[in-house]
Amino acid sequence: MRAKAHSRIAKIAGAATVVALALSACSSSSDTTETAADATATTEESAAEETATDAAETGECTELTPVSLQLQWFVQAQFGGYYAAKDKGFYEEQCLDVTILEGGVDIVPQTVLAQGGADYAIAWVPKALSSREQGAMITNVAQVYQRSGTLQVSWADSGISTPADLAGKKVGNWGFGNEYELLAGIDAAGLSPTADMEMVQQQFDMQALLNREIDAAQAMTYNEYAQVLEAVNPDTGELYQPADFNVLNWNDFGVAMYQDAIWASQERLSDSAYQDQTQRFVTASLKGWIYCRDNAQECADIITANGSMLGASHQLWMMNEVNKLVWPSPAGVGVTDPALWDQTVAVATNTKNLEGVAIISGAPDAEAYTNQYAEAADAALEAEGLNVTGDGFAPLTVTLNEGGN
Amino acid sequence: MREPVSGKQRGATRTRVQRGVISILWALAGVALVVFMWEAVKFVGSFIDLPLNTSDTSMPHVWTMVDAFSNPVVRGSDTTVLQAVVSATLTSLKIALGGFAIGVTFGIILAVIMQRFAFFERGLLPFVIASQTVPLIALAPLIVGLGNRISLGPIEWTTTYSVMFIAAYLAFFPLSVGALRGLQAPSATSLELMRSYAARPNQMLWKLRFPSSVPYLVPALKVSAAAAVVGTVVAEISTGVKGGVGRLLIEYARETTSQPAKVYVAVFGAIALGLAAAALVSALDLYLTRNLPKESQA
Repeated sequence: MRAKAHSRIAKIAGAATVVALALSACSSSSDTTETAADATATTEESAAEETATDAAETGECTELTPVSLQLQWFVQAQFGGYYAAKDKGFYEEQCLDVTILEGGVDIVPQTVLAQGGADYAIAWVPKALSSREQGAMITNVAQVYQRSGTLQVSWADSGISTPADLAGKKVGNWGFGNEYELLAGIDAAGLSPTADMEMVQQQFDMQALLNREIDAAQAMTYNEYAQVLEAVNPDTGELYQPADFNVLNWNDFGVAMYQDAIWASQERLSDSAYQDQTQRFVTASLKGWIYCRDNAQECADIITANGSMLGASHQLWMMNEVNKLVWPSPAGVGVTDPALWDQTVAVATNTKNLEGVAIISGAPDAEAYTNQYAEAADAALEAEGLNVTGDGFAPLTVTLNEGGN
Repeated sequence: MREPVSGKQRGATRTRVQRGVISILWALAGVALVVFMWEAVKFVGSFIDLPLNTSDTSMPHVWTMVDAFSNPVVRGSDTTVLQAVVSATLTSLKIALGGFAIGVTFGIILAVIMQRFAFFERGLLPFVIASQTVPLIALAPLIVGLGNRISLGPIEWTTTYSVMFIAAYLAFFPLSVGALRGLQAPSATSLELMRSYAARPNQMLWKLRFPSSVPYLVPALKVSAAAAVVGTVVAEISTGVKGGVGRLLIEYARETTSQPAKVYVAVFGAIALGLAAAALVSALDLYLTRNLPKESQA
């Protein structure tokens, strides 16, 4: 009887393990989208140090408006600006009480927004446009990231320095809609992803590249690429160096697509109260991004204080790389460049994935994005004496430690 | 599910303590065997090409995994990975137990209703079964989405409740089906005896049906507990709820590139969670079956 009970326990435990392993495996495939993104915890702590100036500015503010923001992933420096705006009291200045909702493997921020589960959402433009085409009534109110953070990383000795060099190689990709820039780049090089190379579904980690199971792997500048540089090269006993790798940056090949943007509910934007709230939210959020540009280390620390489990050097690396994606913003932070928007739409419309499906079937209507809020925010922030374009922005040089510590 | 008497008699000559020690030794031997096989595969793999990658990055040494427990969660932190895993496991256990309790309560109520009214059994059972065919990963974001709009007066609905709900959703099914079978188990003669005493349906339920359902209930509870644990971990992964083992699994999994052993630490947490749930149900088993005729070794 006892032995029997034990064997049952063993079976259950075994099953739990198998499930846990399987889960970690599936999460690896399905969350790759969000690997790019991160999420935050709903931290209740609001800016502790509210200065006298802030209090003066919020003079007419009798009660903070509760607002929620849905992220794509856990709290990490990818969302630095929003956490900074919350922590430094920028949201409070605008009479907002912002709750930041962290994402998860199966959380689709634009869907949460469209269903009314959040007031605003952070989402990649192509994915949001796809949801929009399927009926999610959402509008891009601030294009925070001005460039794409997606890379194709390969070993330097593989000699892949242009997309054309991918011919005959084993090319890793995340799938789930994260592969379109790669496919567009291959297409633009006159190659076929099926006939000229072997496309392989890639895990969320970079093991396959490091073990040379694949020749080139997808990576975000601010996350997976750093992970590679945090790993020890068994041959030298030192960390891998950037010189060990070649990097294809899709911004250089005209196939980059817009990524993190703030999305608002298109239906609610007809309501003047929501318009006003959106304006205040965008202004404070962009102020947060300006703060993180000028205080990268502090922003990284804010993120860690909000519960991110990433190591200190990885966090700072991410903050710095994300700053590079935001800055400089020539037309002002958050303002969509119509040319890059059109490029995003063109890639999303014309590139077919391995199943022959494009992200969207046609160009979205004019309400898919608006610069009204970002431009007004920039004007207000400029009046505060802030630099809203980030001209002359100089990124830090971050040294990664083993394991990102 | 009660074991037959035969084959157990040998154990009857040993004392309780002896039997306990022996079963613990067997369990340890099982763990040792797994460790040995893991390392053996790695060792063989270093000489010949196996179909799986046995390098340290893909299959870290067991001692590397154990070592990972003592690292700080982030450099300079006082908290070790072990503490983080223990606290995550406890958090998940609480959620799983909450889900389990809700699921068991709901499952039993459902079973009683279905037993009492055949009409409900015919009408509800198909839905109960259909409910389990909905894939969890489809359900989880839906429930979180709905949860965001639920307000229960003073209690604020958080994603933790959504996870608990999902655990309960998985846990109620085996229980309601098992309990229903159990409630229907009394023999015709027992029922006729009760009727001859002019017992009311409620009396029959408490004095006859519930006691006789115990042998069916116990295995159902075990399955339910396992389902609640799986539901909790999956839902945590799916929705990214902070604090539990599921979240830890993802957090550590994405550090695999530079710290391959770390994710296994979270897996150990998931195993501990399963073991804790199983131990709890075993204790429940001992309590529920205390009045049943014990088999030979009692």
